[in-house]
Amino acid sequence: MLALIPLFPFIGFIINALIGRRLSKATSGGLACLAMLVSFGVAVVAFWRLLGLPAEARVIDETLFTWIASGRFQAPLTFRLDPLAGLMCLVVTGIGFLIHVYSTAYMHEETDHEYARYFSYLNLFAAFMLVLVLGANLLVMFIGWEGVGLCSYLLIGYWFDKQSATDAGKKAFVVNRVGDMAFIVGMCLAFASFGTLDFRAIAAAVAALPPEVTWGVLSTITLLFFIGATGKSAQIPLYIWLPDAMEGPTPVSALIHAATMVTAGVYMIGRNAVLYSHAPLTMEVVAVIGVATALLAGTIGLAQNDIKRVLAYSTVSQLGYMFLAMGVGAFAAGIFHLYTHAFFKALMFLGSGAVIHALHGEQDMRKMGGLRRALPITYWTFLIGALAIAGVPGLSGFFSKDEILFRTFASGHSVLWVLGTATALLTAVYMFRLIYLTFHGKPRYEGAYEGAQEAHRAHDRAAHAQGTHNHGGGGVLHDAPMAMAIPLVLLAIGSVVAGYVGVPHALGGSNRIETFLEPSFSPPAHTAPAVAGTHAEPGVALSGEGAHAEADAHGATHADTALELTLMVTSVAIALMGIGIATLVWLKRPHVAAALAARVPWMHRLLLNKWYVDELYDATIVQPIKNSSTVGLWKGVDVGVIDGAVNGTGWLVRGSAAGLRLAQSGSVRIYAAAFFVGTVLVIAFYLVR
Amino acid sequence: MLTDFQAIMPILIVTLSAIVTMVAEAFQPKQERAPLAGFGVIGLIGAAAASVLLWGYDKTGFGVVRADNFSLFVNLIVIAVGLLTILFSPQVIERERIPPGEYYALTLFAVVGMMLMAAATDLLLLFLALEVLSLAVYVLTGIRRAQFQSAEAAFKYFLLGAFSSAFFLYGVALTYAIVGSTRLEEIAATLAVSDQAPDGLVLVAMGLLAVGFAFKISAVPFHMWAPDAYQGAPTLVTGFMATGVKAAAFAAFLRVFLSSFHTLHDSWAPMLWLVAVATMILGTVVGVVQANAKRMLAYSSVAHAGYLLVGLIVGTRVGEAATLFYLAAYAVSTLGAFAVVAVLATEEHPHDRVQDFAGLWESRPGLAALMTVFLLSLGGFPPLAGFVGKWYIFSAAIDAGYVWLAIVGVLTSVISVFFYLRIVVMMYMSDERALVPTPAITRSAVAGLTLALVAVFYLGLLPTHAIELALTSVQGMF
Repeated sequence: MLALIPLFPFIGFIINALIGRRLSKATSGGLACLAMLVSFGVAVVAFWRLLGLPAEARVIDETLFTWIASGRFQAPLTFRLDPLAGLMCLVVTGIGFLIHVYSTAYMHEETDHEYARYFSYLNLFAAFMLVLVLGANLLVMFIGWEGVGLCSYLLIGYWFDKQSATDAGKKAFVVNRVGDMAFIVGMCLAFASFGTLDFRAIAAAVAALPPEVTWGVLSTITLLFFIGATGKSAQIPLYIWLPDAMEGPTPVSALIHAATMVTAGVYMIGRNAVLYSHAPLTMEVVAVIGVATALLAGTIGLAQNDIKRVLAYSTVSQLGYMFLAMGVGAFAAGIFHLYTHAFFKALMFLGSGAVIHALHGEQDMRKMGGLRRALPITYWTFLIGALAIAGVPGLSGFFSKDEILFRTFASGHSVLWVLGTATALLTAVYMFRLIYLTFHGKPRYEGAYEGAQEAHRAHDRAAHAQGTHNHGGGGVLHDAPMAMAIPLVLLAIGSVVAGYVGVPHALGGSNRIETFLEPSFSPPAHTAPAVAGTHAEPGVALSGEGAHAEADAHGATHADTALELTLMVTSVAIALMGIGIATLVWLKRPHVAAALAARVPWMHRLLLNKWYVDELYDATIVQPIKNSSTVGLWKGVDVGVIDGAVNGTGWLVRGSAAGLRLAQSGSVRIYAAAFFVGTVLVIAFYLVR
Repeated sequence: MLTDFQAIMPILIVTLSAIVTMVAEAFQPKQERAPLAGFGVIGLIGAAAASVLLWGYDKTGFGVVRADNFSLFVNLIVIAVGLLTILFSPQVIERERIPPGEYYALTLFAVVGMMLMAAATDLLLLFLALEVLSLAVYVLTGIRRAQFQSAEAAFKYFLLGAFSSAFFLYGVALTYAIVGSTRLEEIAATLAVSDQAPDGLVLVAMGLLAVGFAFKISAVPFHMWAPDAYQGAPTLVTGFMATGVKAAAFAAFLRVFLSSFHTLHDSWAPMLWLVAVATMILGTVVGVVQANAKRMLAYSSVAHAGYLLVGLIVGTRVGEAATLFYLAAYAVSTLGAFAVVAVLATEEHPHDRVQDFAGLWESRPGLAALMTVFLLSLGGFPPLAGFVGKWYIFSAAIDAGYVWLAIVGVLTSVISVFFYLRIVVMMYMSDERALVPTPAITRSAVAGLTLALVAVFYLGLLPTHAIELALTSVQGMF
């Protein structure tokens, strides 16, 4: 049954890849959506069955076959559904389905052939993502991990006749490779240490060990995995590919580069929560990198002019939050934020897509403005998304972000808390800057119509757009069509209500999602049979996780409640302050922004150019490698040594073959003689020995 | 009595189908063509079913035929070889005007010999099986009587084959002289109790038996017949020889040397070590300079005999299982490659030179793709059968401490890729176009190629099931 979840998108991929070019758009798009819908249905049923089990026993294993067996090394192709995987499955298939539907309208200007190619990639992505999520051991997860990387590459470079798109695709692929390398090494090390790659088996093995307070093998393994995660989930130092990935179609940015794939790193840490809780040193690294990324990306987001790039940096920043949560041991909070973020970030990306679509490919916010009236659905849904991410009370982002900040503070990381809160301020500011620049103020887009055509060649390619397509040439703008509007509305509803599964104790809720996810982050329970209410494992008690488990069991203490409420009020104030600043600077007094930029030009340049990190990498890593490769490896080692050796071997083989084939003269007498000599040699060998 | 017949049931079924084929041809009206191939297909499928039913029972028939899992596993391999050969044949028979009745009957008798070789537990019966097999294959090699090349190949094969049989028989006689029995288990028992250093005569006997086997598997320096016979024989017969005969000979080699002479492993292993290294190196090195695809595949099969020997030398259960798996992987890949060569030939043009493949990708994209898969599998590319086979054999060698054998094996595999890829390069990247006709192929050949393709991918992607079967089949062998 679990295998069916990734199977349907995979079938969709096969059909669209093989015969998609002969299908009409309605058929190929409909097929892809149907595959996702069925997959979502199966996921819901599986999730339902999971809920029917007692909390401690919520694990469904399904082994398809033994994929590789060689001595001690066993790699069964096993899928496993537990609370964590179940939640992820719902997110991937549910939001994935909505984005597929949205895409049918967004991509309608493509040719039939390209349309089918797009949907085949999108389905393949979903299949691999589900393999990643459902994999019960590191190797199966790694199949998905690599598969989604491939699809990401294919989709970023979807418009492959555009140089910047193919460059971005390559950049994503190469940067991810760095992380994947670390992941592979980590996997080998994990197998060498535990003799298994199964997550539960590793967790059980680790649970027996004391936490590793000095640097050791657990810290190394977890750090290697984390390096892998920085690649996939765009964290410092490997975040640089994600903003460039916005070259892909906007729904792709929403699905892959915001809601699902980029969260794989966070998910992977959640999957290995027990392992990570035993490596406190790595946890510190994860938390610090997370908050640093959040802050850095937040500052860059302030100065970007491309609407999708703002959202991209916002994604990087929010992923930083999730890693912060993981790093302080608040695994459930991190996953909770992953889940709420999937709604509002997908919503905002799709909203930006609707804007771009209406403006025929314009992405520069300086050429937008005043779209509020023209695109009411887009505007209102986008506004909900922005309020959610800013952390306005009552919306989903508020609950999850607050949970993370509270856990950070409660686990004694007050400096990280300050930085995290500062990031929250930045988030509110840049998000509302985006809203004001795009939807408020004076329209600035009419004159930009010619440029828009050039900016987006895909739409340009479908040259019939002006004629047959009733967006009109620079005249009246049209809001999102049905297939785009419905996903927007549904995601907006999700962005509001998704948080209510995790209302904290301090607000009188019961934080059901954390209780629900808890078993996924604890060692397998078979050692301690489920005694209701008491599940504080000694191994985990040292991390924030332990404190949390206890909080669950006994209810939050009064002091905790007071603290949580204080922090909550602070962050609400911060969020409102951020919105206020944005309102002041970009809505009420637009000249202030320009004046500010003129006042500290270096600061503005620094942010606009993303802290020159790309340039730094280029100068310190790319160029040196290129130079040493050209001069040393290529001209020296490759041409000189390796080619020399290859040609030399070839020459040697041919030379000796020419001699040996002379013996093969065709004369039976010679053959018989050789046979006889051979026999004599064999006998002599025995007798002489 | 019943058990006796149960044990030989698969062999019996194929024998019957061979006889039916012959009789049917004799009685068919002049102009009519009976579906002779059908009898063979039915017989082989029946034998396969019987083998599956016998799985796990370890029946012994007449004291000298053992239907243990080992022989049943080999049965399945040679049945697959026979079945694929028959599926590929109709077109070739038509083209070459080969008498179909004889052709199919001889193929089936050869399969009988192969199955009997794997099941025999007595050296004399083994010898008989070897001769049943060999005689059938000698005739098949020269079945195109009008062709000078075919006759020459058959004659060379026959002369040298007789020569090697003599050595083998002499080895049997010497063994009998020392042990007083030709039963494998009695030989093993006698050799096991004498704990002093082995007698010189035993070693000579063993050496002579090894020579006999080495001839059949075309190991260096007893391989010289192979390129000539392989080139001269009809292409499908070549494929049949290169896979079925080799599988049967290896099965017997494994059984005799790892049961009867297992206690003398330390004595025979070093000698075979040298043979294996020579075989791997010579097969690949000389293969590189061949311009004829069949001859190239002949040398490739010599080289593969070397890899298979590695599994035998290792002498562990894992090594044996790896050898069995490799035999299966090698059989489907090689048969597929030979079949592509065979179906591309026309009456005037054999289509067996390497340059004949130039631009095949354009004229016959499907066949070019199939050929590529089979050749890459032979070269040992993942995720194909050949890769997994090599991987199991070499990892078994390393586990047992034969690191150098594995190193030689891997290096020669790398060299061998050169000549496999040469054909692939010809097909896809050559600017020239071979101006040879490319005939249409029959439905049965398409079916056979599809089966081979599926097998190559199945064994490559999901090898676990097959390797587990191989492991169980060697478990109860001795």
